[in-house]
Amino acid sequence: MKEILEILEKDARTTPEEIAKMLRKNTGAIKKAIKKYEKEGVIVKYKTVLNTDILKDDAQKVRALIEVRVAPQRGHGFDRIAERIYRFPEVVSCYLLSGSYDLLLVVEGRDIQEVSSFVSGRLATIDNVNSTVTHFILKRYKADGDILKRIERNNRIAISF
Amino acid sequence: MKISKLVEKMKPSGIREFFDLVIGMKDVISLGVGEPDFVTPWNICESAMFSLEKGYTSYTSNKGLYELRLAISRYLKNKFSLSYNPDRNILVTTGVSEAVDLALRAILNRGDKILIPDPSYVSYDPISELAGGKVILVKTSGSDNFKLTPGSVKKNISKGVKAIILNYPANPTGVSYSRKELLALSKIFIDNDLIVISDEIYDELTYDFPHTPLATLPGMKQRTIYLNGFSKAFAMTGWRVGYACGPEEIISAMTKIHQYTMLCAPIMGQLGAIEALRGSSGAVLEMKREYKRRREFIVSKLNEIGLYCAMPEGTFYVFPSIKNTGMRSVEFAKSLLQKEKVAVVPGTAFGSQGEGHIRIAYASSMENLKEATERMGHFLKSNA
Repeated sequence: MKEILEILEKDARTTPEEIAKMLRKNTGAIKKAIKKYEKEGVIVKYKTVLNTDILKDDAQKVRALIEVRVAPQRGHGFDRIAERIYRFPEVVSCYLLSGSYDLLLVVEGRDIQEVSSFVSGRLATIDNVNSTVTHFILKRYKADGDILKRIERNNRIAISF
Repeated sequence: MKISKLVEKMKPSGIREFFDLVIGMKDVISLGVGEPDFVTPWNICESAMFSLEKGYTSYTSNKGLYELRLAISRYLKNKFSLSYNPDRNILVTTGVSEAVDLALRAILNRGDKILIPDPSYVSYDPISELAGGKVILVKTSGSDNFKLTPGSVKKNISKGVKAIILNYPANPTGVSYSRKELLALSKIFIDNDLIVISDEIYDELTYDFPHTPLATLPGMKQRTIYLNGFSKAFAMTGWRVGYACGPEEIISAMTKIHQYTMLCAPIMGQLGAIEALRGSSGAVLEMKREYKRRREFIVSKLNEIGLYCAMPEGTFYVFPSIKNTGMRSVEFAKSLLQKEKVAVVPGTAFGSQGEGHIRIAYASSMENLKEATERMGHFLKSNA
């Protein structure tokens, strides 16, 4: 039933009825499986992929990648300090990495000032945060498997043998 | 200017008028396209671009780049334990279309008879005639799932029948043959000393059982011209690369014609094809899975809205019956196009046995399939 996830990941609007047809199963079984995935947290939520770069208005936001070095805590490793950080709504994503720094954050704000003040005022001042490096994102080309530019497709001829 | 009698006699595609109608219309959802809706996998495109940058823009050897023939040889060996020598038994062609033409011209003498299933892909019949052959149509129908049977083939064998064209999984019906069915057919081919032109271009798109190349069956390799290519499985229709494999004397005869008519397949296509065989199995499988889901969806949906549709074993076509509407194929297709803006191909485009059926290509996004079947349902209700 993993194929259900594959289908929903491509298009979350696919209905259980449609999935049932695609997989030659009955709708009830599909609904049940989806419910189970939701309950287990495999399916976290259903949302829409946006390209806000196209919105030439106030809705545009600024994002930065922030490398953070932290001191892990006894008994908690990185989890506790990570939670301290990712609970801020400004933090869009948070990853623990191997390599020269520990956490990689994606932070979002209305403008550069807002992101900067989050970093200097809130993030860098947390006790176990040793240092931060901020990279502002200039352009998003592809995010989570989706190319954001509208690709002009060569149309196939409308009918052929 | 007077044109050749043979060409004059060639049937104009009976549904040209319908095609023009489709092409002239806007905002049509087309389920009438005989090619994948996927773009060629990026590794193939990228590799071809790199080759162009390096200046690979020349002719290749007539038979095709040795590297490609070697890759084809290894691919067939690994996949089907089918051995063809890259020097002697493989010819790279400009799509399978060219390979069909070459094969027919290489084997037919004027007046030789050739068996062709009805319905079948549109080019077999006219190209056979152009090559001087006399076409004998082997009728198949919905009641036998549009499959050739040993009986139906045998019934059409008479003095002078030299060859048969087999295509599986088949355009337009989507049906394919299991190994057992092929074995039964192969006995008839052997008993009657037929050459078989086996067009297996859709082989990767077989969903319910593994594809069996005809040439792998006992006694068949020496009488089979195995045709395949890159258009369908790798979504490379516009690259125009196919290949023919067979006994040395056949391949060398086909190469003779090919060197004068085509010279060689386009080098860009050949280079793309090498990369396709080298590193695209993941992309091919991914596309196949998607097609399979669409197949299940469309068959179930068509039956639900009241068009009887069998579950075909392969390709990206289904061939539902429209008999219960009382309409003829062309009339149905025309009316559906005009009223609901959905394009399908009338079954009769593929032979008179296609009457009462339409070909639906599900090489189209799931969104299109959903919308198109909704519209078809509406069309059927308003015509009931």
